[in-house]
Amino acid sequence: MTLELSRRRFVAGAGTLAVAFHLAPLDAVAATVAADGLRIDESADDGSLAWLLLEEDRVTIHSGKVELGTGVQTALTQIVLDELHLRHGRVGYVQGDTRVTPDQGTTAGSKTIQNGGPELRQAAATAFQALLGLAAAYFQVDRSQLQADDGVISVVGTSLRVGYARLLDHAELVLVADPAAPVATPGEYQVVGRSVPRADLPGKVTAEFGYLQDVRVPGMVHGRVVRPSGRNATFASITPESMARARAIPGFLSVVQRGNFVGVVATSEWAAIQAAAPATGIEVVWTDGQPLVAQASLPEALRDPAQHYRTTQEVSVGDVDAALVTADTTVQAGYFTPFQMHAAMGPTCAVADVRRTPDRKTGVQATVWACSQAVFALRETLANLLGLPEPAVHVIYEESAGCYGHNGADDVAADAALLSQTVGKPVRLQWSRQHEHGWEPLGAAMAHDLRGGITDGAVVAWEHVVCTPTHGSRPNGSPGTVLAGLLTGSLPANLPTAAGNSGGRNAPVNYVFPNDRLIAHLVRSFETAGPTSNVPAAPLRYRFPRTTALRSLGGFSNTFANESFLDELAAAGGADPLELRIASHEDPRAIAVLEALGDAWANRPAGGDGTGAGVAFARYETEYSYVATYVEVTVDQSTGAIRVGRVLVAHDSGLVINPDGIRHQIEGCVIQGISRTLKEEVHYDDRGVTSVVWQSSPFNPGPQYEVLRFSDVPAIEVTLIDRPDQPAWGAGEPAIEPIPAAIGNAVFAATGVRIRTLPMTPARVLSALQEVQPRR
Amino acid sequence: MPTSLTRTVNLNGERRRVTVPDDAEQLLYVLRNQLGQRGPKFGCGVSQCGACTVLLDGQIRRSCVTPLRTVPEGASVETLDGLGSGKRPHPLQQAFIDEQAGQCAYCVNGMIMGAVGWLRQLKASGRTTAPSESEIAAFLSGEAPGSTQNYICRCGTHLRVIRAIHRAAEELLS
Repeated sequence: MTLELSRRRFVAGAGTLAVAFHLAPLDAVAATVAADGLRIDESADDGSLAWLLLEEDRVTIHSGKVELGTGVQTALTQIVLDELHLRHGRVGYVQGDTRVTPDQGTTAGSKTIQNGGPELRQAAATAFQALLGLAAAYFQVDRSQLQADDGVISVVGTSLRVGYARLLDHAELVLVADPAAPVATPGEYQVVGRSVPRADLPGKVTAEFGYLQDVRVPGMVHGRVVRPSGRNATFASITPESMARARAIPGFLSVVQRGNFVGVVATSEWAAIQAAAPATGIEVVWTDGQPLVAQASLPEALRDPAQHYRTTQEVSVGDVDAALVTADTTVQAGYFTPFQMHAAMGPTCAVADVRRTPDRKTGVQATVWACSQAVFALRETLANLLGLPEPAVHVIYEESAGCYGHNGADDVAADAALLSQTVGKPVRLQWSRQHEHGWEPLGAAMAHDLRGGITDGAVVAWEHVVCTPTHGSRPNGSPGTVLAGLLTGSLPANLPTAAGNSGGRNAPVNYVFPNDRLIAHLVRSFETAGPTSNVPAAPLRYRFPRTTALRSLGGFSNTFANESFLDELAAAGGADPLELRIASHEDPRAIAVLEALGDAWANRPAGGDGTGAGVAFARYETEYSYVATYVEVTVDQSTGAIRVGRVLVAHDSGLVINPDGIRHQIEGCVIQGISRTLKEEVHYDDRGVTSVVWQSSPFNPGPQYEVLRFSDVPAIEVTLIDRPDQPAWGAGEPAIEPIPAAIGNAVFAATGVRIRTLPMTPARVLSALQEVQPRR
Repeated sequence: MPTSLTRTVNLNGERRRVTVPDDAEQLLYVLRNQLGQRGPKFGCGVSQCGACTVLLDGQIRRSCVTPLRTVPEGASVETLDGLGSGKRPHPLQQAFIDEQAGQCAYCVNGMIMGAVGWLRQLKASGRTTAPSESEIAAFLSGEAPGSTQNYICRCGTHLRVIRAIHRAAEELLS
């Protein structure tokens, strides 16, 4: 025997091999080092958690990274299959459960494959080494004589073979994931690199798959929240006659009011909806709070020093001021992007079961099914909101509609938990569309001022001044980081101390400019404790709508500004936009994605007649995936309508796990990016958001939150540059970043008009066209 | 006071009887909460996105704006749940799998059920060729003759959805 067998039970007991995880550093974990170097986990017990569980007939992945609809379940499974030397097989995927999966942080920032992948790969590689050890013992041979293929280990040069199931029959192992376990080399990949079909899709298209919205638990009742009349409004009263009317609704159970949090609970969803509606149920009287900064004044307000609590210099290379003086040609321009929303297809939902007392066996008092991107952070936040110890809260992830960042998923979980705690029953709550659009935390509006100089076709000076509200308001344990906490008197989180990789994401450029400066003005989202303080003064004193992480955070707006402005410099200096980009890079991988657009660029429309082409580049977070994008547009010069006709994306995210999966993410980024460029803008008044549905109607007059339609979607061509010897980087966001600038650059080529404000609506484009060529 | 109502519907070929205390309750909630259907989804409640689409007596309907009292006694209701199964998928479901036409796929109920209804209409009108991709895009954008209802996809799976419907249409109309 080369492997010491552990005799402790683990999860399913005999016939299993588990790779356990610990939050403590590996060195601190009590473990026995077996003869072959594998570490047997001494501290594992019935309560231990696994990355990976091998049983005789199946493999189960325990993932703290969750499936948000992007296909990571499929890709992570591919990684595990290859490390286990399996080609097929049943692979279960248990995700985002605070009791049975590891805490891998937030599922966001295109980091699931990038960070979660290697962790899981190492766990699987550890398991494979254990299987080899078991086989060596089984055959009484040295492991160097063994080879594995698709679940069978054989002794080289003999007919001796044994399947994993047989080996596991002898095993009862709990291992510590070994960071040194050898992993498969790119040449050995059988499953990685293939377009394996999505594991979840058959169930989704046949309605056999259950979403969070389909979770039903015994004794469950239905909740509905009643939101204040505005972002800063406070509760005054509920009119007595409306209360009586609500009580008469068949199925009505109760009205819950805690501070400014108001909701209703009923035995049916329909009754809850009726009870919460002012026309048929309760009528709540609210007192207006301080008005929000006017939407129409945003471009100026974001730049107003009175709205800034901090200014940081985040890049400083050379002497920009001197270089601007000596440059042949200088340009300056301002850019603006509005508040935008995640606008999930399905309003966010949660089911919460908060009991009066903890379960005797597990100690759990509150079980919450939620579509949070961060179940552990949500657990801590809910525990503090509900006044329970953290281990008494159990959060279980269930998939909902795609979120594209931090939307209302955490807020609704807190809503449901408060309702459940009050009524003592499990409560299901799905927001209305108007609540989703009206109260989800938004992507921030941003303003940019750029100055640059170009001499002899080279950029000699570059300055970007960005004004940004926060892009990070995720739950952090403080009750005020969920809406229900804010409404019951808790403070929001402190505002950030730098733009950094948040509002400042991709504000620094990857180009090598000799003189380069980035200054960030951090915008005061709410009243703070003093002029330079980032600490909230009160829960409901917002100046601007509440903002947080939306797909690529500041990267979308910053890249719009940077990559549009670089085109402005190119035009002013007589440089070719693609060549200038290539010449300004020293990184061969950046150059490679740009050069991949060369043919299309060389054969682009001439421009000037309403049709034109543009390019843009981004390297995600300035240090991960590379994207270069080519766009052709046609501008209807009588209406100002932009039609995107063709999009090419060259994409290098390192090792490609699943080519079709990446293509699909890129297509999604392109289409959502076009939508955000041409159509999307949150409209709000003094009180709050007024664009609460998808299109205006007699019930919701005024501009609503329009998104791209099927007939507006262009052909999309994707060139994947696969680098099997490089780490696999995320692909969920990078390709959205260059879209607005590529479109704007193409519009410039088509018309000679530069659009510096999103969205590029027909009215805005038409007005810009008319400024250049006034109508007679 | 709300009026209660008992209705019998033919749900995916099966007689089902439901009683609601308020006859204004939308069909969507009846299907999801009383009849165990997962296909039709709540998306907007105002007939703007398509996630709740079902076929009512063969017609494309947004079940979020269809009060139960407007559903005729004995009406046929078809949902995604009854269209096919993982083992025996409907050609449209199979085409969505073949084209990998779904990310979160919350919206997919609308496109599949809408396409089922639309392709049946085309077939009934004598059409024997699959609609082109631009006709399909027009249908899904509410710009096709006789269909003004838009279908929203937020993940950006549009091109695959169009290809999937085209693929299934070639099988269903030829």
